[in-house]
Amino acid sequence: MSDEAEVKPVDPSQWSCPAPSARVDTIQVAHGGGGRMSQKLMEQVFLPALRNPALEALHDGAILSLPPGRVAFTTDSYVISPIFFPGGDIGSLAVHGTVNDLAMCGARPLHLSAGFIIEEGLPIASLQRIVTSMARAASEAGVTVVTGDTKVVDRGKGDQIFINTAGIGVVPDGVEIAPTRARPGDRVIVSGEIAVHGIAILSVRQGLEFETEMLSDSASLHELVGAALDVAGSYLHVLRDPTRGGVASALNEIATAAGVSIELEERSIPVNQAVQGACELLGFDPLYVANEGKCLAIVAPSHAKAVLDTWRRHPLGRDAAIIGQVREEPKGRLVLHTRIGARRVVDMLSGEQLPRIC
Amino acid sequence: MRFVDEYRDGGAVRLAAAAIKAAQSRPWSLMEICGGQTHSILKFGLDQLLPEALTLVHGPGCPVCVTPLELIDQAVEIAARPEVIFTSFGDMLRVPGSRESLMQVKAEGGDVRIVYSPLDAVALAQANPTRQVVFFAVGFETTAPANAMSVWRAHELRLDNFSILCSHVLVPPAIDAILGAPDCRIQGFLAAGHVCTVEGTHDYEPLADKYHVPIVVTGFEPVDLMAGILACVKQLEKGEAVVENAYKRSANRDGNPPARALVRRVFETCDRAWRGIGVIPQSGLALRGEFAAFDAARRFDSSHIKTEEPKECIAGQILLGRKRPSQCSAFGQQCTPEHPLGAPMVSAEGACAACYGYRRTA
Repeated sequence: MSDEAEVKPVDPSQWSCPAPSARVDTIQVAHGGGGRMSQKLMEQVFLPALRNPALEALHDGAILSLPPGRVAFTTDSYVISPIFFPGGDIGSLAVHGTVNDLAMCGARPLHLSAGFIIEEGLPIASLQRIVTSMARAASEAGVTVVTGDTKVVDRGKGDQIFINTAGIGVVPDGVEIAPTRARPGDRVIVSGEIAVHGIAILSVRQGLEFETEMLSDSASLHELVGAALDVAGSYLHVLRDPTRGGVASALNEIATAAGVSIELEERSIPVNQAVQGACELLGFDPLYVANEGKCLAIVAPSHAKAVLDTWRRHPLGRDAAIIGQVREEPKGRLVLHTRIGARRVVDMLSGEQLPRIC
Repeated sequence: MRFVDEYRDGGAVRLAAAAIKAAQSRPWSLMEICGGQTHSILKFGLDQLLPEALTLVHGPGCPVCVTPLELIDQAVEIAARPEVIFTSFGDMLRVPGSRESLMQVKAEGGDVRIVYSPLDAVALAQANPTRQVVFFAVGFETTAPANAMSVWRAHELRLDNFSILCSHVLVPPAIDAILGAPDCRIQGFLAAGHVCTVEGTHDYEPLADKYHVPIVVTGFEPVDLMAGILACVKQLEKGEAVVENAYKRSANRDGNPPARALVRRVFETCDRAWRGIGVIPQSGLALRGEFAAFDAARRFDSSHIKTEEPKECIAGQILLGRKRPSQCSAFGQQCTPEHPLGAPMVSAEGACAACYGYRRTA
């Protein structure tokens, strides 16, 4: 036995320290704890991307001076899966979505808050990518992220990352946008091809492949809104971005709110071939599929053509089309003139669209 | 879009409508057997272009609608087991069982997943060897080949963690049951084009003879449907009653022989209960004895679950064409897509849901 126990000389250069390395490349619970790791995340990820004086004050809240006008205020939460998708990611979406909610009130979007709920284990590189993308979307939309919060939840208690953004903007005097303002005779205009975002997301989730990659239409719509307000002013009655539930749900809500009927002309509704093909395959109706970069406008007939023309000159409105008009009756109903010349109701969905058996 | 737009062309549909009007001299009642056809007729508004004296009765060809309540209850019980990944086509998830739907099981923590092909469920079983993967195999002759293929593939791979909960149904025995009912008012049938694409049209010939009814194989696009209706009306006017194919670009007399062979290799016919209708002899497919190991009802011993249908739903009368959805006192009142009393209100292809969605005071 003793001849086996040959004693090796001690070599201190081979010693290793059992204390954890300071290098961390995934989000840990401590990142949300308010301590040094939280601070580090702020300094290394959030501040460099989103830097602005209000945020840099690192106060409990942002103190802001707003231009004159009425304040529009909105909030939305983003839980999309996958968090990176063709044409965008959860970060750009969280900016576009809230900017668009403000724009649909007729407001000029100004500032956002951002709350992050992160599941532990998310690579910091992913967070960095998301925050950088938020920063780019915010700068394109002319808004600043002025306050924020980060919480970390245990693995399995979230789905990588959820983001809430709230936003404020200012509505100029004379602008009156509200669903109740839809009047019989008004025209319904859509800013481009519908159902692109929903089908792009579904195709990644389900591994559906198309000849050309389908990109989400996620975009900020404030410029389209500004252009429409410039040419139509108070003749622009209603704005809506048809996100979840698609064009059909948005117009149903407006018809109910205004106590009017909305009639759509099926053949005028722009749907691209790939989206149409995917919808045929899955048994979906593009009218109910989500959009993230499309705007519906309901405009007095005298100014519809002007809004259409100004939108078509903008890159986000190239495929804009007049798709229908507002009528007196039947109140609260969305009606479709089908391409074969019949009429039918387009109802609200009771839940999500589900792919059919056959 | 090519191969779609030409079959939805308004001009062609109006021409066909005029031809139907010209051909018809007295009232006729036709049944479109397939839920996909019902959906198309109401979605495009084809019925509004047809002569008033031509009645379209919506048949029982919606697999979601005719799957018996007790099978949904069995699915719910199996899906709630912690070791199970329960997979299904999307529209079965919302169908209410007597207590719960699969959607609710999912919300309560059950691992319920939508798949687009039963072969995806087989792949899940391969990827999750410690879990039991169950596929809810419902449908008509159209889905039978893919479902048979999933079992065959699992058999080849010797997977012991894949099984199907099977409730397959067949069209010809249902037509037989409808025509054999004492107060049947159906004078002609539009057979389901895709069912015939798989199975061919042989099985319809004895039915056309026995009951002296025209049976016209019909597609699903507006132009296809109008062509099927026109052919059926022409036969009725001439007193003919033969099987005719108005969907030649897809269906033929022999169907798809390899698909049929696979279905017969894996499944055998059996008596099957249809929701709202009852048991129709030899109207279903069940796994053959040698594939019994892939039968989820056996593996999870769920066949003891028996459920009675609620009395207030007249689904059976509707699926047999005896009553229209609007003649049901619960329609649009106690029974809506949010709170369906019976299956025809659940699936978009169900007669009641299609009428509710597309028809209320347009």
